[in-house]
Amino acid sequence: MKNTLRNIFHSPRFVVGFVIFMAILLTTIIYPLVVTANPLAMIGQGNFFKPGTYVSVKDTVTSKTYTLNIEAVSNIADQLTDTNKEDMRTWLVKYGGVSQEDMDAADDDELVELWLENYDSSVTQSGLTSSTKKAYVRLNDTILSLMDDSDVIIASENEDGELEESDSISTKEYVNVSDVTNKKTFLLGTDNFGRDVLTEMVNATATSLRIGLIAGLVATLIGLSLGLLSGYVGGTFDNIIVFITNLFTVIPSFVLLILITYSVNQSARGATLIAVVIGLTSWTWTCRSVRSQVISLRNRDHVNLSKLSGHSMFRIVVTDILPYVASYVVMALILQISSGILSEAQLSMLGLGPSTSTTATLGLMMNWATAYSAHLNGSWWAYFPVVLTITLISFSLNLMNTGLDQVFNPQLRD
Amino acid sequence: MSEKRGKECLRGKGVTKIFGVGDKKTVAVDHVDFDFREGEIISIVGESGSGKTTLSKMLLGLISVTEGEVYFQGEPRDIKGSKKKKEYWKNIQAIFQDPFSSYNMFNKIDSVLLDCINMRGGKHLPYKEKFEMMSEACHFVNLEFKELTNKYPFELSGGQMQRLMIARIFLLKPKILLADEPTSMIDACSRSTILDMLLKLRDEINMTVIFITHDIGLAYYISDEVYIMEHGKFVEYGTAEDCIIHPQAAYTKRLISDVPKIYEEWDLSTV
Repeated sequence: MKNTLRNIFHSPRFVVGFVIFMAILLTTIIYPLVVTANPLAMIGQGNFFKPGTYVSVKDTVTSKTYTLNIEAVSNIADQLTDTNKEDMRTWLVKYGGVSQEDMDAADDDELVELWLENYDSSVTQSGLTSSTKKAYVRLNDTILSLMDDSDVIIASENEDGELEESDSISTKEYVNVSDVTNKKTFLLGTDNFGRDVLTEMVNATATSLRIGLIAGLVATLIGLSLGLLSGYVGGTFDNIIVFITNLFTVIPSFVLLILITYSVNQSARGATLIAVVIGLTSWTWTCRSVRSQVISLRNRDHVNLSKLSGHSMFRIVVTDILPYVASYVVMALILQISSGILSEAQLSMLGLGPSTSTTATLGLMMNWATAYSAHLNGSWWAYFPVVLTITLISFSLNLMNTGLDQVFNPQLRD
Repeated sequence: MSEKRGKECLRGKGVTKIFGVGDKKTVAVDHVDFDFREGEIISIVGESGSGKTTLSKMLLGLISVTEGEVYFQGEPRDIKGSKKKKEYWKNIQAIFQDPFSSYNMFNKIDSVLLDCINMRGGKHLPYKEKFEMMSEACHFVNLEFKELTNKYPFELSGGQMQRLMIARIFLLKPKILLADEPTSMIDACSRSTILDMLLKLRDEINMTVIFITHDIGLAYYISDEVYIMEHGKFVEYGTAEDCIIHPQAAYTKRLISDVPKIYEEWDLSTV
């Protein structure tokens, strides 16, 4: 036993897989201890806020200010949309006398510079409708106002109901971020509900791992016990079990899964139920392979000797057969966990996963990101980290599996 | 067979084993009759695939008999149900061909010997007494129990394992021992010690030994009675002297001619 463990931890593949898996597992355990906020709280009023630190505007205005004599960097280019930039390019080439090559070479900041140098609303702009010309004027105004480095005036209403200047903020005024009391960092932004993606994802990973584990255990338990019994007992009992197993094998388990989950009321679909349903549809391969191994084991001499020693069938199965298939069963369990997690993701993508308001799973997060077109509006943070996590989990589990395979199957060692 | 023979021990009438059904039917053992007497050493000799092992498994009650009847001590054998089987297995035990596969590699060897003591009703004995019984059994086969205790089967050599199997028989003291080629996996030196131990054990507890082998020379060396088996049938049987020195059946003659002799050229034409 000790030797086997040492061998297992000498297999590089197993160790890499194990480290990745433990890192994910430990994160799901430790992170909620540090960040105690409700992972499903809808913080953001709106969809898909970018990753970054959000500071309270009111706090920045009221915080102590410092004057720094440094040149403010223009961020106009960041505030213009791609359409704006395209329009600017078209105008500059057509009417501003800028050559196409200069234009292609210019980056966003240079584009703004070129615009400021060359734009003139009085130039003859043949071929443009007046509304388009006006749109260019408005664009120019926007750029100019963004360029404006005059003070921002803060006004408040006086007793007569008139606005009165109460304060002004110059471009050279700064606040120290640590002075701002109210701020919130979203390392991975927020999702369509305004939930913090990172916190939600850690929670979802824990749920998905639990689903995988339950599904794997259910599938392995059913497959193992049916395989052991049908292999050892044989005869008519074996025929019946093989018939049922074949029946489950030829019916695509995913279709079965969809039908079962579809027939369960949405509100009743918890994560555990989904896990059990996944387990109930995926035990066939474990059953088949355990059965075939048991058939080859049951005629071994040590089993005969155990029979001659008067041991009961239960004891023979548990002590003389189970240990010989145990390594295989552990490997099957690992694969079942991995496929359980993937099955849940597939189901949730179809909208047949656990009910959404109470739980978060990796599959559900992807489902919502797709439903709100996160992939179309560039909100990569809403789905990419989730995809990466799912990939890492099944990658690590499969690595562990091949590592174990190498240890238990010396022919595969290189 | 005029000499006085012992009491009836195991008798078979038309014992048949058929595997499979229909076209894939294989008749492994075909209506064999036999009469094994108490205290004798009986050899069943035949080539691979002649049905020796199937017959031995039927005698042990590990597989069912398709047709025919086995009589144990004069009565039809009744081993329906696990309780009756357990009772039957107190009387008949086996040593298998391959010592390496005879042990459960996950269990310590102590458990093999402890099982035997438990089977003989010594379950509630204090450990000290059990330890003494195990030591005695190991001593009988020239092993030191102190050195073996808490070891796993794979830490032993093949010869040691097979001797431990005999120690197991020593503890169980069955009426019949079925030895299914117990020496074929073992080198020639260990072979003679193991055979000597079996013979010693037979003399000590007046056990019937059914010795299954393909080695006709070995069969002659140890047997009282020899049964020659070909394609699931006994083609010849009688005392070792009758069968091997004066063979009647063509098959027996062939088996004997196939044994290589040191001072003669080996006739390979019949092989």
